[in-house]
Amino acid sequence: MVDVLIVGGGGAGMAAALSAKEAGASVVVLGKSYPTRAQTCMAQGGINAALGHAGDDSVEMHIADTLKSAQGLADETAVATLCTEGIDALRWLDAIGVPFSRTAEAQIAQRRLGGASAARACYAQDYSGLKILHTLYDQCNRAGIPFYNERFLLDVVTEEGRACGVKVLNIRSGEVEVYPARAVILATGGYSKLYGRYSTNAAGSSGDGHAAALRAGARLSDMEFVQFHPTGLAGSSILISESARGAGGYLLNSKGERFIDECLPRDRVARAIYDQITAGETVALDIRHLGKAFIDGELPQERKLAQRYEGVDPVFEPIPIKPVAHYTMGGIEVDAESQTAVPGLFAAGECANHRVHGANRLGGNSLLELIVFGRQAGRNAAVAAKNGTAEVPPAAVEAPELEACFNDAPEVDFYTRRDTLATLFYEQVGLVRDADRLRSALDAVKAMQAELPKMGVVDRNRAYNTNRTDFLELVNLLTVAEAVAEGALRREESRGAHYRSDFPEANAALAVHSLSWIKEERLCFDFQ
Amino acid sequence: MKIAVKRGDETVTYAVDFEGTLLELLIHIKTHVDPTLTFASGCRSSVCGSCAVRVNGTEALACSYKPSDGDLVEPLRNAEVIRDLVVNMDRPLSFNAGAQAWIDPVSGAIRMGHADEKANELQSDCILCGSCYSACPVYAVKPDFEGPFALTRSWRYVSDARTADVRSKLEAVQQNGIWDCTLCNECVPVCPQGIAPKQDINMLRTKSGMEGFMDPNMMGGFGGLDFGAPSF
Repeated sequence: MVDVLIVGGGGAGMAAALSAKEAGASVVVLGKSYPTRAQTCMAQGGINAALGHAGDDSVEMHIADTLKSAQGLADETAVATLCTEGIDALRWLDAIGVPFSRTAEAQIAQRRLGGASAARACYAQDYSGLKILHTLYDQCNRAGIPFYNERFLLDVVTEEGRACGVKVLNIRSGEVEVYPARAVILATGGYSKLYGRYSTNAAGSSGDGHAAALRAGARLSDMEFVQFHPTGLAGSSILISESARGAGGYLLNSKGERFIDECLPRDRVARAIYDQITAGETVALDIRHLGKAFIDGELPQERKLAQRYEGVDPVFEPIPIKPVAHYTMGGIEVDAESQTAVPGLFAAGECANHRVHGANRLGGNSLLELIVFGRQAGRNAAVAAKNGTAEVPPAAVEAPELEACFNDAPEVDFYTRRDTLATLFYEQVGLVRDADRLRSALDAVKAMQAELPKMGVVDRNRAYNTNRTDFLELVNLLTVAEAVAEGALRREESRGAHYRSDFPEANAALAVHSLSWIKEERLCFDFQ
Repeated sequence: MKIAVKRGDETVTYAVDFEGTLLELLIHIKTHVDPTLTFASGCRSSVCGSCAVRVNGTEALACSYKPSDGDLVEPLRNAEVIRDLVVNMDRPLSFNAGAQAWIDPVSGAIRMGHADEKANELQSDCILCGSCYSACPVYAVKPDFEGPFALTRSWRYVSDARTADVRSKLEAVQQNGIWDCTLCNECVPVCPQGIAPKQDINMLRTKSGMEGFMDPNMMGGFGGLDFGAPSF
């Protein structure tokens, strides 16, 4: 029997594991892959904290920038917590060995990202996420935290409305497993894979935690807010870091003209690029003038990615780019203690909505969120575990949906539907939205949900059946998709990343959070 | 294009018309031709280490390899194959803990400059893809050998200015560690991040010598060097 069970072994999950353990709890981390394969490894630019190592900065300025970018939809107390505790979070990361880039004055180096009034992002070349993730992993090894790898989350198990464990599919064996726990933390990442090939994200960002949280009785909030990163590679959507623009990179259209201040927040830059592309232009990121020495020293991964996946060397040529889905501001609703509406169920990281990003996340604040709120969730879950019971009701060991999904001759191919969903969302629930397109997208999502029984898993092998996990992910994506499209349709205004061409201005009355939950197997929606 | 994939005891050949990376090709086959084909993938940008396989006998990340007609794709060696191209990485990963590859959190102020950053910048690029264990002939015959990425990770911390107790870190790589490596270099060319575990092992050996550790294979045995220690 474990005190705190964490689902998801990325940055937030491991930060939570370390703090829960430090608070005296027994801890297990489950994940559908391996901890060092988490989405966190793809973060490049850096992690914000107002250390002031590269010019004047203050916690107040960090708070102001975050609130400004959030467009009236962030919780000021939560933002203050994020920015204030950011200082200590960075000290902690330095103390546990993160190999940050350094200044000549022997301090952690900092650079400027979009929307920031100071050079605030601490970085490790452009492998910031990779190096933070691996250092957390090494610390988990030091703390002796067990990882149960390749477990796919099926459900959070509840007893009398309280979380008491999780039900997972052991991907390797194909068996259902139930892990009782006195408290559960979801750290399962975002839902950008809704946008499929129009996303910078890894294969796993399929909203599994969001869907499981809904089924357990928790609520999702602000799901319509999806951040599009201005600079995904044109062909593959692989991320090219914002630090390239922060360092002085230009955005050029096919006439070689700059058309936007490159250091504005991501929503504005991404939309400006989208407008260019919609008008028939191609857009490229030009960092040639930064010089080879700078690029190799500060942006080595960007050069490699552009060469390998776009076939251009940014030392000599502009990099073709397009805006693609990158980060999901919406997530599982949590309170100031990182707890969801279900007692004993906590959430942290991209899957949670701590109301710090509001309508548009600042670059460098997501790695920070993983550490600050991951640690908070770990501490609080350790306390909650003292009140937890962890008696799993017997019905929980069954998972009839796993058998029901097999279908030797499906009428509808679910991989085709998954691609259709991605294109539909990029075009109709993307950077520029309107009522007609959103309504048709919502109808299409509901039609696909109704079609699920006609789809199914052809591969009947039990062991490592990725045909089955792909299908389970699509089921989760379709749950999340409805909340995203519904929120985008109901929010008749433009705010941050949510832009409605039919309502191009912000509406003060809508400076409220959207909420969705399941009642009698139907998704309900409201603003609050 | 014809591409052969080792699937258990069989080798299955797929004929597909496709341009792109090997990972994109595998995804194409799974989603259009054969949904039972099984492989692991993640970031598709060479930074998560999920999709390492062998192509024509050499380790490569599927997401960074451009396939050619007639290629043979196999799972990594020296790890339990779970299915098709998917191997169980739990054992190789366990050596990171065995090698005590971490630091004890530092309490005081930290002052580190450019030179400190550069000391392990490359080693900390490691993505734990497992290519080096697949290529390692020592690990193939000695499953207790801590192996390349764990030893690179050990050096990443031994060389870190924040590590207070270097000696205890070195202690953790003496048995089944640095002295078992034959310096054959097989791990070096297969690393997708350009890391040279062999060199890191050499650095650990030099540092161990400075700290008074000795190669156990050289002590007292037949043909060993005599440093004046009593022999048994």
